[in-house]
Amino acid sequence: MTDATQNTGAVAPQGSLHTLDARTKRRNAAEGRFKLYGMIAIGIGLLMLVTLLYTILSKGTGAFTQTFVSMEVELLESKLDKSGERDLEKIKKVTTFGYAPLIKSAFEKTVEANGIETDLKSKDMTKILSKSAASQLRNYVIANPDKIGQTIEFRFLANSRVDGYMKGRVTRDSIANDKNITPAQLDLVDQLIEVGALKKTFNIDFIIGADASDQRPEAAGIGVAMVGSFFMMLVVLVLALPIGVAASIYLEEFAPKNWITDIIEVNISNLAAVPSIVFGILGLAVFINYMHLPQSAPLVGGLVLTLMTLPTIIISTRAALKAVPPSIRDAALGVGASKMQAVFHHVLPLAAPGILTGTIIGLAQALGETAPLLLIGMIGFIASNMPETVGEGLLSPNSAMPAQIYEWAKRADPAFYERAWGGIIILLIFLISMNTLAVLLRRRFERRW
Amino acid sequence: MYDTEKLGTDVNQTETKISARNVQVYYGDTHAIKDVNVDIDAKAVTAFIGPSGCGKSTFLRCINRMNDTIDVCRVEGDIKIDGEDIYDKRVDPVQLRAKVGMVFQKPNPFPKSIYDNIAYGPRIHGLAKNKAELDEIVEKSLRRGAIWNEVKDRLHAPGTGLSGGQQQRLCIARAVATEPEVLLMDEPCSALDPIATAQVEELIDELRDQYSVVIVTHSMQQAARVSQKTAFFHLGNLVEYGDTSQIFTNPKDERTESYITGRIG
Repeated sequence: MTDATQNTGAVAPQGSLHTLDARTKRRNAAEGRFKLYGMIAIGIGLLMLVTLLYTILSKGTGAFTQTFVSMEVELLESKLDKSGERDLEKIKKVTTFGYAPLIKSAFEKTVEANGIETDLKSKDMTKILSKSAASQLRNYVIANPDKIGQTIEFRFLANSRVDGYMKGRVTRDSIANDKNITPAQLDLVDQLIEVGALKKTFNIDFIIGADASDQRPEAAGIGVAMVGSFFMMLVVLVLALPIGVAASIYLEEFAPKNWITDIIEVNISNLAAVPSIVFGILGLAVFINYMHLPQSAPLVGGLVLTLMTLPTIIISTRAALKAVPPSIRDAALGVGASKMQAVFHHVLPLAAPGILTGTIIGLAQALGETAPLLLIGMIGFIASNMPETVGEGLLSPNSAMPAQIYEWAKRADPAFYERAWGGIIILLIFLISMNTLAVLLRRRFERRW
Repeated sequence: MYDTEKLGTDVNQTETKISARNVQVYYGDTHAIKDVNVDIDAKAVTAFIGPSGCGKSTFLRCINRMNDTIDVCRVEGDIKIDGEDIYDKRVDPVQLRAKVGMVFQKPNPFPKSIYDNIAYGPRIHGLAKNKAELDEIVEKSLRRGAIWNEVKDRLHAPGTGLSGGQQQRLCIARAVATEPEVLLMDEPCSALDPIATAQVEELIDELRDQYSVVIVTHSMQQAARVSQKTAFFHLGNLVEYGDTSQIFTNPKDERTESYITGRIG
């Protein structure tokens, strides 16, 4: 008040619009400062984003390539199928120990054929291969029994140390105290690279394969966890979407507005902010301890994530329903539609884009959730490969992508660390494509009235 | 109070379609309609005029129970259509609204095709047994809405793509598609330009031979042009009701005269 009265007295005499008075200058300066703060904040944000993306990409892309050693392997009938009947049951009886000598002799031949000189014994030479090399070959033979007796070109996974050497993670200095690899073996690796037997190529197994034990990071893949995540999302979609939409329709269109519905509304908003681990422990108590559903199963994970996603879906659906103009409801009621008909025939289709967007965002949130899965044991180590896991579906133990990433990140071997970053890239690709889909659907179905 | 009942009967030579007795409407604690008595003729146009907030739209919405959708709204008194109390417990508002159609202030076609806009009502009420019958109803309604010639070639184009005046006639066609007996219009021309208004007014005049039309309007000229009877509302009271010519040339109440001559409102 006093400010204003003083001011009118001061401003009145000078009238030129070409000179700024002190008050205008102060106001403009304040506005300029505020804009500056905003730009600084955005700048910092962008810098962080770039750093994040750079870190993820630089550390994670390595997981998508893998070092392989190609060799000619003679699949001796005398070792693999003594009877010569090509009976699968009998071929399966030969364990990975039976394959080891074949790999050894193949290695010797390769070294000899390429004129590589090394003091290493064949047993030490094969150590540059992955520990899963023998089982790799065995799986191949079981899948192609007709190849027995022939000599085939086979690509063996290299040991994670060799892979690290190729990617610059392992150097001759860093292996001074490493029992898994010796300088002599690295010499052999160098020579194999020269002759073209040892190469780094794209690794599809990382995307479709199963997790591997601590000793074999080179064989670990995220594919099975992806299937686990997929099943969970299926459960979430099938349960959360209809329940969430029905609940919102009831609350928004039918429920009387009184203190009970007010409390429910406040609580739904609060539930959206409840830490996800709380939902995890609820799932553990209710679904596993009380209802005795199997542990580590995508069904349970999906149920827990459904509870977590419901508030998100309900809130966005209610917002979408509120945004439909009341004139549409009036129009429907005016021609004699019942309330339910008005909602389902007219309001719901108009609210659909908003509902879809909310649902996809909720799903994306659920896809990236780790904490509740830890509590219900969905961090299982699943080594069985894709077809079996897919077949067993909702009730067989599985992992999920974020849980798998967490699992890799806490293992000791740096090769797993690279896997974790690679997993994050895949997870982000999923999230970004889901969000893009949400935007596209919104654009596609948005209607004007 | 003013003897509206007597005024009503004075000029009433035709059959009464809707009769309201002692109607009170409350929005929460607000008394929006106070003790309204009115008899609305069959096959005639009745206009409700009055300043904003006088309760004319509220009263109109009582006639097809659209006020039921407002939680805080409470209606007392009797409203009878053909002698049947529409606020009776046995009356389903959905059935009532099929009999009493409504056209709103802002054209509100469904964001669907022109055909579907008209066909929606008949479909949910089961008025057509097959596609051919439905087609017939759609054509008849569009003709009655005086819009058939403009849209017959694009029945499957969205109704929201029409101009404002066309949309409003589409809404009128939609309202008549369910074969109502009464047609309520809540300021149907307030969002339209003068040419579209003239078209809609002409249409209202044509509708008179089949329906009882009740129209709320802000424009006194419009009331004078289209209606046979006029009711003047003020502050929730029905001040005067009578033949349109009488209301506009020889109002009995001082307030009516003030409003018509532009001194209040």
